[in-house]
Amino acid sequence: MTRKLRTYRDLAGEDRSRIGEQVGAQRRRVEERLRAVRHTVAVMSGKGGVGKSFVSAALATALAEAGEQVGVLDADLHAPTAARMLGVSGGPVEVREQGVLPAIGALGVRVMSTDFLLADGAPLAWREPKHEKFVWRGTLEAGVLREFLGDVMWGALDVLLVDLPPGTERFSALAEFVPSLAGVVVVTIPSDASLRAVQRSLGVARDAGIRVLGIVENMAGYVCGRCGGLAPLFAGDAAQRLAAAAGAPILASIPFDPAAQVAADGGVAAPAGAAAAAFVALRAALLARLEAS
Amino acid sequence: MKFLCVDCDQQMVFEDRHLPGDGTLAVAFRCPSCGRTVALLTNPMETQLVSSLGVIVGGRTVPEQPMELIRTAVEGGREDAFAEVGSAATGSPTWDEGAQRRLGAVPSFVRGMVKRIYTDYAIQHGVAVITTDVMDAARRDLGLEGM
Repeated sequence: MTRKLRTYRDLAGEDRSRIGEQVGAQRRRVEERLRAVRHTVAVMSGKGGVGKSFVSAALATALAEAGEQVGVLDADLHAPTAARMLGVSGGPVEVREQGVLPAIGALGVRVMSTDFLLADGAPLAWREPKHEKFVWRGTLEAGVLREFLGDVMWGALDVLLVDLPPGTERFSALAEFVPSLAGVVVVTIPSDASLRAVQRSLGVARDAGIRVLGIVENMAGYVCGRCGGLAPLFAGDAAQRLAAAAGAPILASIPFDPAAQVAADGGVAAPAGAAAAAFVALRAALLARLEAS
Repeated sequence: MKFLCVDCDQQMVFEDRHLPGDGTLAVAFRCPSCGRTVALLTNPMETQLVSSLGVIVGGRTVPEQPMELIRTAVEGGREDAFAEVGSAATGSPTWDEGAQRRLGAVPSFVRGMVKRIYTDYAIQHGVAVITTDVMDAARRDLGLEGM
């Protein structure tokens, strides 16, 4: 005869592990930490190599130039580049009882990145066990994002830009950790290949109920190093088609300027010339969208 | 997670937790009626599945530390990645040679966090000098076998 067993909910005694409560406390920590942040904005693209981190860094710089308090969370955990473009690298991050202080980049931009934590050239790797890591890698990476959001003492910010890696997985985690996410800035280049990849990002944002603040068309032409004129670089109208699909504006079209890229790689994310004007336009358009939300 | 003593139809109570350092976990529960003790033994994969969430099976004995998951789970972190600030307040306990040596064996990536936990334990227990015995007591009381 089968014995009738009492089950979890039948037992009135405490669940000492309180896993659910521990997870809930983590979420509250993120919520409390971001309470002083007016707008948390994701910068994403389904496609790699479109200049997302450059856009994040230069946009942060443009916002800071206008007197905004800005933070950049480099959520590209495996290939962090935004921090160095903002002029900060290495060095210890200060740990206090209440949290970890962000690094301070150019113009006071507050930055957190795995770039500060990993030895030069070292991949983001995890301790034991060595096998079947694919099972929990995503969970661990989401945990790193959660700690960057909740354990960094961001302080009062007007805008916190979250520079996401290619793909959509990290965005989904962000959307869950930050229900108050102000929206997403989607970066594309003009090509059809970019269109197809970035469309998927729009779909994920839509499914998560997150507002698309606008499209940034990066590498929209090439700034000639000799005459300063603008020459075509990629064929295609991805930005226009994505904007139409999302019902959102093109916030800016940014020309590719090799000098700006060299400067950014050297830790100066404020471009000159035509690209600089584009980032001023991007800043104005983004702030208008945020204020309208 | 709860444990039921089926014979007594009583919920068992938490008794002890061990993290032997090989990725496994052992948690003992005792029946308050008959005194029978059982242990939950998890393999490294099962342990990791839960710890990846940044939670502690058996409950927290110390508050979650800043970037705790990163500092305990990341491998190959920069030696000088973290600098603890504000843990050497006036009246903080000192560390004897043996305790310093043992602390020095902790990977630098997580050492500051471990030091803070032991220091807080010593302060809470009125300990002026942290020795290896104090560290053992803290590990036992706080379930810090992994540290």
